[in-house]
Amino acid sequence: MLTFIVKRLIQLPLVMLALTVLIVGLLQFLTPEERAAAYITSDAQARNIDKIIRDRGLDQPFPVQYGKWLGAAVKGDLGYSKASNEPVIDTIRERLPATAELAIVAAIPIILVGVWLGTLSALRKDRFVDQFLRVFSVISYSIPTFVMGIVLLVVFYGFLGWFPGNGNLSVINQFALTDPSFHRYTGMITVDALLNGKFDVALDALHHLVLPALTLIITSSALILKVMRGQMLEVLQSDYVRTARAKGLSERTVNLKHARRNALLPIVTFGGFVFISMLGGVLFTETIFGYPGIGEWGGTAALRFDVPGVIGFALLNAVIVVIVNTLTDILYGVVDPRVRFG
Amino acid sequence: MSAVNPNNAPTLTVKRRSLRERLRESRPLRKLLRNRLAVFGLFIIAVFVLMAAFAPLIATPKDNCLRDLGMTSSGQVYNPLQPYFWKAIFVPPDSCYTITRISFSPVPTPPSDQAWFGTSQGYDIFYGIVWGARTMLKMGLIIVAINLLIGIIVGVISGYYRGWVDNVIQRVIDIIFAFPGLILTVVLVAIFRPSPTTIILAFVATGWAGYARIIRGDVLRTREMEYVDAARSLGARDARLMFRHVVPNSMTALLTQVVLDLGTVPLGIAALSFLGLGFPVGYTDWGQLINFARAWIQGPSGQPLAYWYVTFFPAICIVLFSLGWNLVGDAARDAFDPRTR
Repeated sequence: MLTFIVKRLIQLPLVMLALTVLIVGLLQFLTPEERAAAYITSDAQARNIDKIIRDRGLDQPFPVQYGKWLGAAVKGDLGYSKASNEPVIDTIRERLPATAELAIVAAIPIILVGVWLGTLSALRKDRFVDQFLRVFSVISYSIPTFVMGIVLLVVFYGFLGWFPGNGNLSVINQFALTDPSFHRYTGMITVDALLNGKFDVALDALHHLVLPALTLIITSSALILKVMRGQMLEVLQSDYVRTARAKGLSERTVNLKHARRNALLPIVTFGGFVFISMLGGVLFTETIFGYPGIGEWGGTAALRFDVPGVIGFALLNAVIVVIVNTLTDILYGVVDPRVRFG
Repeated sequence: MSAVNPNNAPTLTVKRRSLRERLRESRPLRKLLRNRLAVFGLFIIAVFVLMAAFAPLIATPKDNCLRDLGMTSSGQVYNPLQPYFWKAIFVPPDSCYTITRISFSPVPTPPSDQAWFGTSQGYDIFYGIVWGARTMLKMGLIIVAINLLIGIIVGVISGYYRGWVDNVIQRVIDIIFAFPGLILTVVLVAIFRPSPTTIILAFVATGWAGYARIIRGDVLRTREMEYVDAARSLGARDARLMFRHVVPNSMTALLTQVVLDLGTVPLGIAALSFLGLGFPVGYTDWGQLINFARAWIQGPSGQPLAYWYVTFFPAICIVLFSLGWNLVGDAARDAFDPRTR
């Protein structure tokens, strides 16, 4: 088991290194001046662009440039983002907790709802519930995130007025965050507010999370539903399920203990895939709801042609994906001994 | 051989079955057509294809498009005896891909005789949707065709030669797959600035990898098969072996992917336009219409749904388009999947 994990972990930095080669390689299509713009923070520096090019070796051959870029990146210097008006690394540090909060709030229902409905659909194969859920799932994964977000916004904010349509906190509660007695433990507003005992702030933050999370939940849980249904149907056909039935176990025990447990195995890997596709959706969800996370920053950076911004954004996403993939591989090895020893 | 054949001996004739016969006997096709959802999907796609093909007749040319076609009034387009009828359908000038502007006031106006689906930012939503179907299908076909071509070539090279070539190609694909969803595409377009060419290039740069993976897997499997050995022993060269014997075997897996991509690629472009990274403002594409709608989520006080048409029409078209391709794609996957036979 340990060697399996270690093997997986050794690959991690190698893939990340390859990623940075691609990213820096992309920058070679720009002129040295355009590359230097990534590090300009003031007018004085703009007038001194030649110095930046010389210091950073931006007119040097690719291996030299890559070495210098990597050296700076390791120290946390990823350039300056015009879109957020601060260094890329600071933006990531400030905005990542908000995105993590959204992702967590969305991911839990995605998995639970997907697994529950998928099981239900399989157990009632070809009956009304199954037909309905199959149509529902193909419709919901056919709706692109950006359309889903806008539709939810029109209905629940524009028409019904149940939920706020912008940001992650009401203006009134934003003052609570800047209060010196308010400790930012995690950067996630809901968690921090609870830890500080400010329940009204936590509730307000949750209220703001509902629509963006719902957008992700509707578009992503359908995928889990579909795979779960397929797995469950396959497992229900297997010999050991028949044996369990023959032993006289109750239908419930057979379905939930024998069949579902095994049907869940591939969901571990697929869950990683859904998480990754959700990250892509975060870009649009956050943009639509003005939610101040990584995705909204990435969208703004792209729109303003803020090259260090979009590169920082892409790199961060890729790093998360590589880590998630490694984790799901390891997790799969943990839950399924055949992978470890096979 | 003919010298050996005695004149009176019966000659063996192999009857080649016509395409129609082969289609009628195709088991996956019959299975596909028995699936009601798939037929519904095909119907949706057919409607959009017709809408795109006859766009000039449904949303007639106006303004600059009218002038560039050499016409004086919109109604003239219905006359197939005139050259501009054919020009409008087959090679419309760029100005026809600009949404007709009814007014310069951004405030939406409700559906009327002049603009059947209303206006958004002064643009005629109906015109944008009808010609937008053309943009969606055209871009989808171009990008998927290039991806397929590159994917097949790279996948074949990777699977056939194996060794370090394969290793390098696979690691490049790993890196492309490390970016979720449209993120790499967005980054490429942002770095190289939006234009139709960069959009196509960005989708090609990220899209070929999926096809290459499928082909490589199949090549690795089929290259060991006996019929390939047989062809090799008859002296077939590498290229012939690959493209006559190995690639055709992977076609069904590729076909499913092509159908699904014909749906997702145009949606990706719409998503890009939605972010403001797609075509220039006023170009006929659906993502842009949704982007316009963002400013009119809430109606004036007292009439919360006053601007429903601004969101409704583009949204329903995008969802139906995507649904159509997904229904057919899913059914194709089931039909071609040997396990479900």
